[in-house]
Amino acid sequence: MYRIKKTDLNALYAAIAKTSGLFIPIRRADEVNFAVWGEGKEVSLETLKTVKSPKNAFFPQTENMMKFKTEGKSVEVVDIRTEDKRPFVVFGVKACDVKAFEVLDRVFLAEPVDTFYQSRRNAITVVSLACSRPEESCFCTAFGIDPTAPEGDVTTWLDGEYLYWRANNQKGEALTEKLASLLEKCGEEAVEAQRSQTKEILKRLPLAALDLSRFKEENLNELFNDPRWAELSEACLGCGACTFVCPTCQCFDIRDFKTNSGVIRYRCWDSCMYSDFTLMAHGNSRTTQMQRYRQRFMHKLVYYPAQNGGLYSCVGCGRCVNKCPQNLNIVKVIKTLGGEKS
Amino acid sequence: MNFDALIPKIGVITDIRKDTHDVKTFRVVGTDGKKPFEHLPGQCAMLSVPGVGEAMFSITSSPTNREYMEFSIKKCGCVTDVLHSMEVGQQIAIRGPYGRNFPVEEEFKGKDLLFIAGGIGLAPLRSVINYVRHYRANYGKIVIVYGARSKDDLVDIDEIKNEWMKEVNTEVYLTIDRAQEGWEGNVGFVPAYVKEIGVDPSMTAVLCGPPVMIKFTLQGLLELGFEKSRVYTTLELRMKCGVGKCGRCNVGDKFVCKDGPVFRMDELDELPDEY
Repeated sequence: MYRIKKTDLNALYAAIAKTSGLFIPIRRADEVNFAVWGEGKEVSLETLKTVKSPKNAFFPQTENMMKFKTEGKSVEVVDIRTEDKRPFVVFGVKACDVKAFEVLDRVFLAEPVDTFYQSRRNAITVVSLACSRPEESCFCTAFGIDPTAPEGDVTTWLDGEYLYWRANNQKGEALTEKLASLLEKCGEEAVEAQRSQTKEILKRLPLAALDLSRFKEENLNELFNDPRWAELSEACLGCGACTFVCPTCQCFDIRDFKTNSGVIRYRCWDSCMYSDFTLMAHGNSRTTQMQRYRQRFMHKLVYYPAQNGGLYSCVGCGRCVNKCPQNLNIVKVIKTLGGEKS
Repeated sequence: MNFDALIPKIGVITDIRKDTHDVKTFRVVGTDGKKPFEHLPGQCAMLSVPGVGEAMFSITSSPTNREYMEFSIKKCGCVTDVLHSMEVGQQIAIRGPYGRNFPVEEEFKGKDLLFIAGGIGLAPLRSVINYVRHYRANYGKIVIVYGARSKDDLVDIDEIKNEWMKEVNTEVYLTIDRAQEGWEGNVGFVPAYVKEIGVDPSMTAVLCGPPVMIKFTLQGLLELGFEKSRVYTTLELRMKCGVGKCGRCNVGDKFVCKDGPVFRMDELDELPDEY
């Protein structure tokens, strides 16, 4: 294990930025989000939850995919992708968001591999950051996530005057080597002490006792047909805020955009909460907000796990709990349909 | 540059046949003049008109056609509207094939087959019917029941009359919704007609058509003693990617684009009622 003084972090960021891009929580207009680091930017590692998750590091909100050139009756497909993606370090990713990367990987890296996603993903080194002060809206432990020792290529802990640093694999060790002159070797006592302290807090969190045991494939139809979805979804505005802040939401749209030099085909985030999400020329399979609301949570808690060896597509980050204008969220769904452990 | 499933290739429309007032059949080849790609009966392809968008269509031609692909397309939305205004020689974008095919080799071989189609629902069935005809000796009796609103709405009636009706050990039954001058065949809806014909419940059945037709025809087949595990149909939902990633076409934990579009009726029974 290594450590670096908090007061020297700027030098660490600068050293990383010399050889690769650095994506890190930055405060801007009173909101903290992952953004590209530069000299003078206000980094905020202490912020527990960025407004949006860091998924846009490799699944950007909009992305141009290709270009069509048309002339008369002929059409030409122009591949506009660049061959190599610049290496990127995503720094300060919390345990929930790191787990969400795995959830997204299983979708985009499954055959046929999404090469747009893959090229960015491969270029990224994930430096995670342990949580020491989880909030009442956090419930990652319900999904078996340990926020005191997040996964990632490198795991870090902020404690006292130091940032502690541990490489977890080759990618992490390569980054550590590059920064060797800034890091000093140290013992693990401080980190272990912080971890046990955080674990005490986790036990007292109000959402820690959510019971997920009912959310499994064999109950798929029973859960789908539960009459309580009507009540649960009644106030939903269909604004889609929950899907945009969600680290695991991965639905996208593909659209064409006419420019003077051809047609750009791009993809962008979409939301299953929107009424036209499933609309087609001859009808719509989900005509009510209740159906759309049910789809979102059934997907996260039942459909996705059924296809992915039981892995839930929710990581308990609590962003939707904070952001829903109607105070609806997955926690209420789990409590109502699943219950709480006594 | 790496291949990506979402990047299409170019297809050229080499023939357009007007089948009915709102259905045209498009013949498509690659820029090299050959079939754009190989497929199996029941699989789909994503066609796109640059600037308008992409949509998923069942491949109407049989895989045994080595020269080109055909798509019978009903004019009913943004992409199909533009496709219908196109002329021979026009290039479009195409990618595929997508989805699970009819089990023509695994399950259909040696069986008596009942094909029931309504309206444009014949499009995906034509692929499998012509596949089975190509390897005729591998299959038992064929019964085809096809219904449309009027005699003018029967898609590619020439092939049905000149080829299917002359095929060995094959019965073809046509019906239209309402009586019409110049029509001497059956008048009535498909579900009632199927019961009237008195089909043998030991046959393997394939249904494709509007949801209401499928619902009542299935009901009729079950009353006749058909088993759900030997009745197949295809589903159609909104799709964007075609490879199970965009999150749009799922029914429960199944994606129509990759786990379908072909489903057995007993498989559909296991899924939530949302299609």
